[in-house]
Amino acid sequence: MIKHALSTRLWHWVNAAAIIVLFMTGLNISNAHRYLYWGDYGFDPADAWLAVVRFPGWATIPQHYNLALARDWHITAAWPFGVGLLFIWIAMLANGHFRRDLTTTPRDWTPAGVLASLKAHSGGGAHAGGYNPVQRILYGMVFGVLLPLMLFTGLAISPGFGAVAPWLVDILGGRQSARSLHFIAAWGIFGFFVIHIVLALIDWRLILERFTGGRRPEPEPAAPPQTDPVPAAMEAPAHG
Amino acid sequence: MVDLPRRSLLAGIAALGASACAKINESETTKSLFEAAEDGHRAVHRALAGKQGLAKEFRPDQRSPTFRGNGSVTVADPFYKQQLAGGFPDWRLEVKGLVEKPLALSLAEVKALPQRTQITRHDCVEGWSAIGEWQGPQLAALLDAAKVQKGANFIVFRCADVLYGRDYYESIDMVDAYHPQTIIAHSLNGEPLPEKNGAPLRMRIERQLGYKQAKYVKAIEAVASFADIGQGKGGFWEDVAGYQWYGGI
Repeated sequence: MIKHALSTRLWHWVNAAAIIVLFMTGLNISNAHRYLYWGDYGFDPADAWLAVVRFPGWATIPQHYNLALARDWHITAAWPFGVGLLFIWIAMLANGHFRRDLTTTPRDWTPAGVLASLKAHSGGGAHAGGYNPVQRILYGMVFGVLLPLMLFTGLAISPGFGAVAPWLVDILGGRQSARSLHFIAAWGIFGFFVIHIVLALIDWRLILERFTGGRRPEPEPAAPPQTDPVPAAMEAPAHG
Repeated sequence: MVDLPRRSLLAGIAALGASACAKINESETTKSLFEAAEDGHRAVHRALAGKQGLAKEFRPDQRSPTFRGNGSVTVADPFYKQQLAGGFPDWRLEVKGLVEKPLALSLAEVKALPQRTQITRHDCVEGWSAIGEWQGPQLAALLDAAKVQKGANFIVFRCADVLYGRDYYESIDMVDAYHPQTIIAHSLNGEPLPEKNGAPLRMRIERQLGYKQAKYVKAIEAVASFADIGQGKGGFWEDVAGYQWYGGI
């Protein structure tokens, strides 16, 4: 059985590209007015709850300050991001990925659940039992909270969409609150991104499976895993 | 089989690299992609909100304590300076272009038209917002009085301010021109417009960003196309910096 459905793999890479563009253009846009406020209005740095650092060129798209071009990329990448999020939610609900891998039980949220997760993880990436409680909670937060929050706060900032759904701006606490939440959620996603990349690099085969789909361990005895025992002889001899 | 998408995906990710970006930004394909994305947002906004869908209006106590001035906050033109000092006695607002009956209205005549008062939020493209109460006649009333001709597709606003050596101007389509909240404001928070906010007359186009809200308006011009105005992109910032013509995003 294929481990990652085609819909999951397709969305994963399209979304990865979209998120990289959205994040780095977002940092360029942030440089235009580096202050965040709560409420409906905000323009005076004295009222800001956060004075944001100026993001350097290497962290932004484009690599110099260009609000127009950054916005062009941002609102373009918003399409695959927004439509993709709707697509993956429908696909996850339809193909059972959500029920199988993302739903949690109260036990998953206990310290014992976290301990079990750590134990399962230290066994390497080849474990059969799907996602452990920590993974379920983390991915669930990303799909259920961070990504939708990113989309809805993004829509709420747009004055044209404000006329579509004034209530959306209101439930987010006003346009400047929506803008602050957009910034916070972006860094939440960045934090996930870092953890995600580090853990994937530890077992790089997982990255390949994201392209190929990989295989779940079959019920019949699987082929012995290719292990690379490190012979003691490889220890570098001491010099002098 | 599996190798093919892998390679093209990796190539796609690598294309996001810095040096490639400069070339990508200038390609015609990218420009048309940006335009399609912008048009898509506008189409969704218009379809979901309706042509007459209103921007939120606020209570007087929800206004920001002051209203920031941005972009041009002063006008160098001597005639403007002299008019500003005297309360704009000889200022005329022209309505011209593709109209049956061109108009030239004094400030008193603008104030004598049926008025709309609205407390709305002003969103700058930079990210900040301010809330103020605006008063003035609806643009639709002026366009009806001047009898706009059938061939008109856009309304252009000609302004008295000059930035980087160019006359400020802006343009909107007929949907926003006839939107009920599109007014020519002469007052902010119950007072005549201060110079920094566009005295004596400025546009309010409430479903779009700040750079669309032309200040120091001298003339309103109905046109079939804005291709031969300025650099042809429909507005000062659109020409100078490449901002989106649709400022609703």
